[in-house]
Amino acid sequence: MTPAALDFGYAPALESTASVALRERYGLFIGGEWVASADGRTFATVNPATEETLAHVASASAADVDRAVRAARRGYEKYWRKLRPAERAKYVYRIARVLSERAREFAVLETLDGGKPIRESRDFDIPQATAHFFYHAGWADKLSWAVNGPDRTRPLGVVGAIVPFNFPLLIAAWKIAPALACGNTVVLKPAETTPLTALAFADVCAEADLPPGIVNVVTGDGTTGAALVEHPDLNKISFTGSTEVGKSILRATAGTPKRVALELGGKSAFVVYDDAPLDQAIEGIVSAIYFNAGHVCCAGSRLLVQESIAEEVVERLRARLATIRHGDPLDKNTDIGAINSRAQRDRIAELVQSGVDDGATLAQVPWTPPERGYWYPASFFTNVQPTYRIAREEIFGPVLSIMTFRTPDEAIERANNLPYGLAAGVWTSSGSLALYTAQRLAAGVVWCNTFNQFDPSSPFGGYKESGFGREGGLAGLRAYLDT
Amino acid sequence: MLEARAATLVKRSIKATAKRAGIDLAIACMDLTTLEGKDTPAKVRGLCARGIAPAPGVPSVAAICVYPNLVETAAAALAQSAVKVASVATAFPSGLSPLETKLRETVDAVAAGADEIDMVIDRGLFLAGRYGEVYDEIVAVRDACGRATLKVILEVGELGSYEAIRRACDIALAAGADFVKTATGKLPISSTPAIALVMCEAIRDYARQTGRDVGLKLAGGIRSTKSALGYLALVNETLGPAWLSPDRFRIGASSLLDDLLMQRDKDATGNYSAAVYVASA
Repeated sequence: MTPAALDFGYAPALESTASVALRERYGLFIGGEWVASADGRTFATVNPATEETLAHVASASAADVDRAVRAARRGYEKYWRKLRPAERAKYVYRIARVLSERAREFAVLETLDGGKPIRESRDFDIPQATAHFFYHAGWADKLSWAVNGPDRTRPLGVVGAIVPFNFPLLIAAWKIAPALACGNTVVLKPAETTPLTALAFADVCAEADLPPGIVNVVTGDGTTGAALVEHPDLNKISFTGSTEVGKSILRATAGTPKRVALELGGKSAFVVYDDAPLDQAIEGIVSAIYFNAGHVCCAGSRLLVQESIAEEVVERLRARLATIRHGDPLDKNTDIGAINSRAQRDRIAELVQSGVDDGATLAQVPWTPPERGYWYPASFFTNVQPTYRIAREEIFGPVLSIMTFRTPDEAIERANNLPYGLAAGVWTSSGSLALYTAQRLAAGVVWCNTFNQFDPSSPFGGYKESGFGREGGLAGLRAYLDT
Repeated sequence: MLEARAATLVKRSIKATAKRAGIDLAIACMDLTTLEGKDTPAKVRGLCARGIAPAPGVPSVAAICVYPNLVETAAAALAQSAVKVASVATAFPSGLSPLETKLRETVDAVAAGADEIDMVIDRGLFLAGRYGEVYDEIVAVRDACGRATLKVILEVGELGSYEAIRRACDIALAAGADFVKTATGKLPISSTPAIALVMCEAIRDYARQTGRDVGLKLAGGIRSTKSALGYLALVNETLGPAWLSPDRFRIGASSLLDDLLMQRDKDATGNYSAAVYVASA
């Protein structure tokens, strides 16, 4: 018999949503109980891929935030600070276990609420979040090895954690895991557009039998966050989000005893030298800017490529992008899903338009998005001048600005010539050139011949307007102790 | 990044119509292989019959791959079919014989009826840095093949690094290989997703530079449908759909066909049958 017709497309491969039991309404999780907001106000959280409302979520006012902080203080005084560290470790470990058992459900929930591809929520967000709890469970009774001497292992008290929409559960875990392991209690405020995994996490805390008040979740918009920041009985604010909000937090906490850690925006440089392994570098670029549709604070959104190979790199990138799969975030083969919100999509479109108006050359993957939902195709700009907005402002979308350089020092100078300093990438086959460059880049993280590698044991954080304080590793751990 | 990218590609979720198409494609691209010291004419005839018609409604495999002594048997058994006869040659699997011996073996295999020759490169020469001689040997075998298709086995498990695999692949491409092939199947390390990706990248770059499209053959360790479909996705997204054809893609395997047929049945009936329901050779 003759060979079959060799047509091999990918049929839709949708992840089942059966593991998720969405409630119609979610309250606030305060003192171990679900409560309505004091004024009864709620807001809708939508699936950005369909614009359908997923659930109605309580909107916490200043009064609700006050209740939550009081509950956290009570939990701290009554249970958590009195608990032997080894017992604390068991709770954190239990959270990790429950989270990993419910990993599939959390991955689907994250994708439904945030629009990120299921491949990423399944293979990155949830496993990483779980890893942070496992890692910090191990630290809880060994803190004297993390600091100079056993009498410096005092917790801070009540921690306010404000997290963004791009990695909702993961960034919450970055903050909650070390906070709990060090003996603090937490009030978590998830982003307005992605509250669902934080609320499901409250269930995990209940399932892990955490005493009341140790973890509290208040949902709402920026005013809820501001109420938390301004609460007088908070010992620390750990914020991940925009530089603009970060600045207002610093203003609001100035002159108070509150500790502040800020992980803010970025415009990270991705430096490719002419001796770099190009296929690897292209994969690095794709990961750097198109991972999570570019909704990544450390996204490598400025590609600095040595002039002698610039054309070759652009041509290879163009060919590679032709295989990028846009579409339904729940499809296991989707590489780029939905943009998190209409506002974010509009901001991306506005900045891209500014690039076109400035005179840069836009290349976009041809793709017709569905009628409903918020979408933006993988894009890159060539002919970008360092003065353009697209070369200086954080776009927070799948849009790359490509610029060239001639010498290592010029690459370094250009990379550092911005108020941001979160991450950077260096691609070269020369070890000495990699080290020379990395030592001179003003960025919290420099990845050499790779990008977007994370581990709970490795600190992450920025310089300049990308914030201060580190999360993960010893530095991240100490930030939750009164050393 | 190489391993991460390869892992992403082989984890593509191939379901429903894509899975059915992929299974038949994997069968049509298969070099059904037996390379054992205990091979006999009877065994080879059985394998040929299975290759021509693996099961009702199932496409034939691309080729039957045997040792030179069994080429005549295979050629006779496959004479009435479109299935090719492939013969390993050049002192397979080590390649450590004099060049004259290798060339003679190649010429004889083609004369006995081999449509395709699977040669091995001399890894000793390669690892000693004598790349020119590796190249010259391939060119000589290419000449000895005449009109037969030449597949060049790199034996990746002995090369030691991705960089070396890429270099050996570039040499084979430049020397005129019709296919580059991962491994003999005699080593624990043969085909991995990352190695397949390195070779795909070499083939893609070579095609772009010269306009000549060279095929890829993966051999060794591919035993499950899931793994075969993963490699199809990897080739599809790296070289493009033009490579999804027996002219440019092969899987060398002995036991993979069983699982492909059982998965094919499962797709049709909903049940994964016991091995006894699949006729083996």
